[in-house]
Amino acid sequence: MIGGLFIYNHKGEVLISRVYRDDIGRNAVDAFRVNVIHARQQVRSPVTNIARTSFFHVKRSNIWLAAVTKQNVNAAMVFEFLYKMCDVMTAYFGKISEENIKNNFVLIYELLDEILDFGYPQNSETGALKTFITQQGIKSQHQTKEEQSQITSQVTGQIGWRREGIKYRRNELFLDVLESVNLLMSPQGQVLSAHVSGRVVMKSYLSGMPECKFGMNDKIVIDKQGKAGASDEAGKSSGKQSIAIDDCTFHQCVRLSKFDSERSISFIPPDGEYELMRYRTTKDIILPFRVIPLVREVGRTKLEVKVVIKSNFKPSLLAQKIEVRIPTPLNTSGVQVICMKGKAKYKASENAIVWKIKRMAGMKESQISAEIELLPTNDKKKWARPPISMNFEVPFAPSGLKVRYLKVFESKLNYSDHDVIKWVRYIGRSGIYETRC
Amino acid sequence: ETNKLYCTSVKCCIFELKAELNSDKKEKKKEAVKKVIASMTVGKDVSALFPDVVNCMQTDNLELKKLVYLYLMNYAKSQPDMAIMAVNTFVKDCEDPNPLIRALAVRTMGCIRVDKITEYLCEPLRKCLKDEDPYVRKTAAVCVAKLHDINAQLVEDQGFLDTLKDLISDSNPMVVANAVAALSEISESHPNCNLLDLNPQSINKLLTALNECTEWGQIFILDCLANYTPRDDRESQSICERVTPRLSHANSAVVLSAVKVLMKFMEMLPKDLDYYGTLLKKLAPPLVTLLSAEPELQYVALRNINLIVQKRPEILKHEMKVFFVKYNDPIYVKLEKLDIMIRLASQANIAQVLAELKEYATEVDVDFVRKAVRAIGRCAIKVEQSAERCVSTLLDLIQTKVNYVVQEAIVVIKDIFRKYPNKYESVIATLCENLDSLDEPEARAAMIWIVGEYAERIDNADELLESFLEGFHDESTQVSETHTHTHLQHVLHKHTQNTPDSDNPDLRDRGYIYWRLLSTDPVAAKEVVLAEKPLISEETDLIEPTLLEELICHIGSLASVYHKPPNAFVEGSRGVQHKRLPARTASGESAESPDAGQSVGGVSDAPPAVIPSQGDLLGDLLNLDLAPPSASVPVVPASMQMGVDLLGGGLDSLVGLHRPSGSQYIAVGLAGGTGGMPAGLGGTPAMGGGLGDLFDLGGGVGMATGSYVPPKAVWLPAMKAKGLEISGTFARRGGGIHMDLSLTNNAMSIMTDFAIQFNRNSFGLAPAGPLQVLTPLAQNQTIDVSLPLNTNGPIMKMEPLNNLQVAVKNNIDVFYFSCQYPISLLFVEDGKMDRQVFLATWKDIPSENETQYQIKDFHLNSDAASTKLQGSNVFTVAKRTVDAQDLLYQSIKLTNGIWALAELRIQSITPNYMLALKCRAPEVSQYICQCYELLLRN
Repeated sequence: MIGGLFIYNHKGEVLISRVYRDDIGRNAVDAFRVNVIHARQQVRSPVTNIARTSFFHVKRSNIWLAAVTKQNVNAAMVFEFLYKMCDVMTAYFGKISEENIKNNFVLIYELLDEILDFGYPQNSETGALKTFITQQGIKSQHQTKEEQSQITSQVTGQIGWRREGIKYRRNELFLDVLESVNLLMSPQGQVLSAHVSGRVVMKSYLSGMPECKFGMNDKIVIDKQGKAGASDEAGKSSGKQSIAIDDCTFHQCVRLSKFDSERSISFIPPDGEYELMRYRTTKDIILPFRVIPLVREVGRTKLEVKVVIKSNFKPSLLAQKIEVRIPTPLNTSGVQVICMKGKAKYKASENAIVWKIKRMAGMKESQISAEIELLPTNDKKKWARPPISMNFEVPFAPSGLKVRYLKVFESKLNYSDHDVIKWVRYIGRSGIYETRC
Repeated sequence: ETNKLYCTSVKCCIFELKAELNSDKKEKKKEAVKKVIASMTVGKDVSALFPDVVNCMQTDNLELKKLVYLYLMNYAKSQPDMAIMAVNTFVKDCEDPNPLIRALAVRTMGCIRVDKITEYLCEPLRKCLKDEDPYVRKTAAVCVAKLHDINAQLVEDQGFLDTLKDLISDSNPMVVANAVAALSEISESHPNCNLLDLNPQSINKLLTALNECTEWGQIFILDCLANYTPRDDRESQSICERVTPRLSHANSAVVLSAVKVLMKFMEMLPKDLDYYGTLLKKLAPPLVTLLSAEPELQYVALRNINLIVQKRPEILKHEMKVFFVKYNDPIYVKLEKLDIMIRLASQANIAQVLAELKEYATEVDVDFVRKAVRAIGRCAIKVEQSAERCVSTLLDLIQTKVNYVVQEAIVVIKDIFRKYPNKYESVIATLCENLDSLDEPEARAAMIWIVGEYAERIDNADELLESFLEGFHDESTQVSETHTHTHLQHVLHKHTQNTPDSDNPDLRDRGYIYWRLLSTDPVAAKEVVLAEKPLISEETDLIEPTLLEELICHIGSLASVYHKPPNAFVEGSRGVQHKRLPARTASGESAESPDAGQSVGGVSDAPPAVIPSQGDLLGDLLNLDLAPPSASVPVVPASMQMGVDLLGGGLDSLVGLHRPSGSQYIAVGLAGGTGGMPAGLGGTPAMGGGLGDLFDLGGGVGMATGSYVPPKAVWLPAMKAKGLEISGTFARRGGGIHMDLSLTNNAMSIMTDFAIQFNRNSFGLAPAGPLQVLTPLAQNQTIDVSLPLNTNGPIMKMEPLNNLQVAVKNNIDVFYFSCQYPISLLFVEDGKMDRQVFLATWKDIPSENETQYQIKDFHLNSDAASTKLQGSNVFTVAKRTVDAQDLLYQSIKLTNGIWALAELRIQSITPNYMLALKCRAPEVSQYICQCYELLLRN
């Protein structure tokens, strides 16, 4: 299990050091600093073994978090825990920065004592933790006996992510379908790989312990209903709009065995914002943009670049925050750009031409051309031609996912599914959206 | 404000803090304790404040209390007497009405590692284990593990283990999860007693808790489940069915642990079962999903997928695209993806893969680019149909003139030439254009090899070579390793001798080239000679099957990340237990039947795909029913695992070649550490503590005792050593290597203070302990000593390979001698290869690695020979009789993981044995052949 947990600033000074196991000594703190933080080479692995001690690290801005062990621990668990640790800290005091860590070091120690016992991760749901670990820290003395046992039953309970007795005057929930569409395209326009990784984020402001059921146009479900349903036509028409989900994972509130057997998504949600599910699709993806590059080398000192982008969605919809990044060689001396729309600039420090367009409707096309002057070099190595990458945001789900329903049942309180105000929003963003040139 | 805390804490003196700690004002006190903790964090020694801090413990302020506890945990060990002062407060807190405080007290107490305190801990702990509040119980469960770590005996005596076992049936899932975690940990140090007592009832309880506990608890339970061996395929299937829903969990560790359970239990399912196919299909999507996790987790996932792909290639064979490298992936993700891409490459997807690889070869990171170029070569060797495209891709890359790309490309082209001789020599002209740019030994060697090999087809071979050699006249003076020289001369001798009387121009040319080479540049010549090592098999870096099986049992853990068994990086007794995949047992059979137990792991079900070609003698092995002479081979984990471990670094250094490879990459990481690791041990991380235990373990199993021991020979005559005579021999006993010495004092005075040391040698032999000559050696007295040896020492190739240089010191002087050990000393007890693996390996090792050897005038029937050889760990995998001759197929494994496969042909008509030996490291072949003769004749 985890033997110790250290947090360092960018200089390698230790900000937090908590040792859980006797086999981890103070020298481990220094070993990591010397061999990883101060290493001359770029970090080649997130797991480092130094003198039979293994170090797992993650970085958040310029803060290093390292878990140390001398045993054959579950490596995936250690990283999951480190991420969770970051989430918990962020939920308590915002950004993970040196200043915030120093200002909250007592709190962090308190958290570390609670969420990691002898190196075994314990309940680390912020919702539960916040009931008894507060930044004021003194809450528990004034609790009544009921309150105390309510805390402990929540921390250890089956529904560790939600406390009882939550009340809202207005029962409301927000669903965000957030997708990032990833593409790797060859210069000839052939799709080398494309997938959507999506998340359904829910903000729930619901009273009591509501049972929820979430439905979407999952092909497997729709097909099943289509078969069972009386009308064939209805089945067909909805079948068209259904999507094939390659895989999905759920927040721990979702009953996995029920999903496995019936493919229904039922759960009691945490209060507030959380990620209900993640999914991935690879079939029938709507690629919102197509990038057509043309790079021509004119002699040894000049490059001509022309890039066309085409939007590929309903003309009534608007894409936003469009940015095309065209890499330039290291020996670029000057760039001249002409673009039809938006603004383009050569950024020498980033070795790229950055072309920004605020908005663009569907089924449109725009073009940029650039002349790049090169300094003659005797460097034999050819320019690697990194891919042209693109960023954007579109108001639909490129996977085609649709939320069909989210039903809420709370039998003990007197509100019904109809009383809940529900909001659904779709946002498609570019993930790694690259076209080779 | 706290920032100040950190800063001032460095300067502020203990004295001031002391005053503040004793202040009457609560706030001031608290601030002072905070400062103390801050100082502690930055590594300042504030132990002097112990009494003052402990005084603050009696407080109703929970925050302050927690801070004091934190301090106590850090310093109690250094101040055991004063730590007792804290006991009362703990005991009192364990009775507190607030469950949070009770839990806090029991949690902290377990972290105070002072013997005296642990006694006081027992009563409160007993109460807390039965506390009404689950929060206290789950904390107490972990506390048992803590206490066990301090004083295992105490835990057993107090009966805490039984209480802990009861908690597995607790109503609260989190209590169950923590109890499982604690018991699993404790049972690791008690491998023999079945602490967890897993049976269908308790498994059912665990599976129920699995649905209800936190994500972390699910991991503990799944990891524990993975250690269970279901009774039959039906139970196995029902567990799998209940575990599969976990594959949709958001926590990657839950997913990987579930994958581990499934991969393991799947071994038991019959392949024709529908469910088996369903399960295979269910595994792919979650594995792919892991690749959209954060990069660090992706890395862990990829290392595991690398294992899964080797074990069950069918799972991910259609998922090639997801392993395409993204431009912004961290380098460690890129390198791992590349590895998996090569493994998944097949005729169906080769075009796509090649296009990708070509793209990667233009990236920035040098290691990655090199690996990509190598990958192209691997594709050519793996998928014959693609060889031509690969070669043309490589030629394109050579045209880029990027120095390291060109060199890497030439190295792999050489490999392609060797796999497909006389097919692509049209490209030689292009290669020759790049002679000037080659400055890396491996690339130079490859080029010289190519020129040498195709000398007769290159008009100006001499000229080329000459110009090539001129280039590095300057850098090549400091070479004098004699063994290289002799080795070379041996090779050259053969060629030059042939040259004059041979009228084969080809041979003459080659000899001439070698000759020129030696006289001009011995370094390059060495590389050339060594490069003759044939290593062209499809996948040179496949993990050895037994290790792979063990690693599959460790999916998700560090072992799966390092691709090493736990005992290679874990100290002490933990992780020494070797895990194995379960054997397939049909529900009809009884699990206890010895037959079922013997067939090891998944290899027992023969892949039906292996269809022997007609006339292939080996092919028939599959159909043989005959059991080999001795049924079961005791497993000696130590030597086996160490061997595997060394395979990466050890084998290469033995041959003197340096090839960057995945496993070495980690080995370097290990060796790079400065803390506490003796420099000499670099690269061979498996050693030390665990080893001794392991050998004991081996000894207990009752080894075959018939291992061959050569008679003692005089190694150091008295004349040369001022009256000390040393004779000795080597023996393999109980899985360990021993050097049996007789020391005789022929001098006039008493000899004392004996010590022994070995020079670096080919197999890293080193004394495992000091030379035990306890009494002084009187005049004319002889003493027999047995010195246990291990193979963890530094490695250097010796000539002959089995040469050992020894230094012995006594009160008079230091003496040196050298001796040779029979290579059979290094044959390990788990050298018996599975038949299928044997068959595959035999086919895989190219025929140029085969050595023929004749043992003349020898009369012994095959069974007797087999028994005799088995005594020295030469294992008969199968036997066959064809046309009045017996064929024995035998396997041998050396301590450093090198396997040798043999076919021993025993004819009844002639008294001669014919031995054909195949080994990936042909250097050892001749020694093994000689050993065969030695073993058989003695």
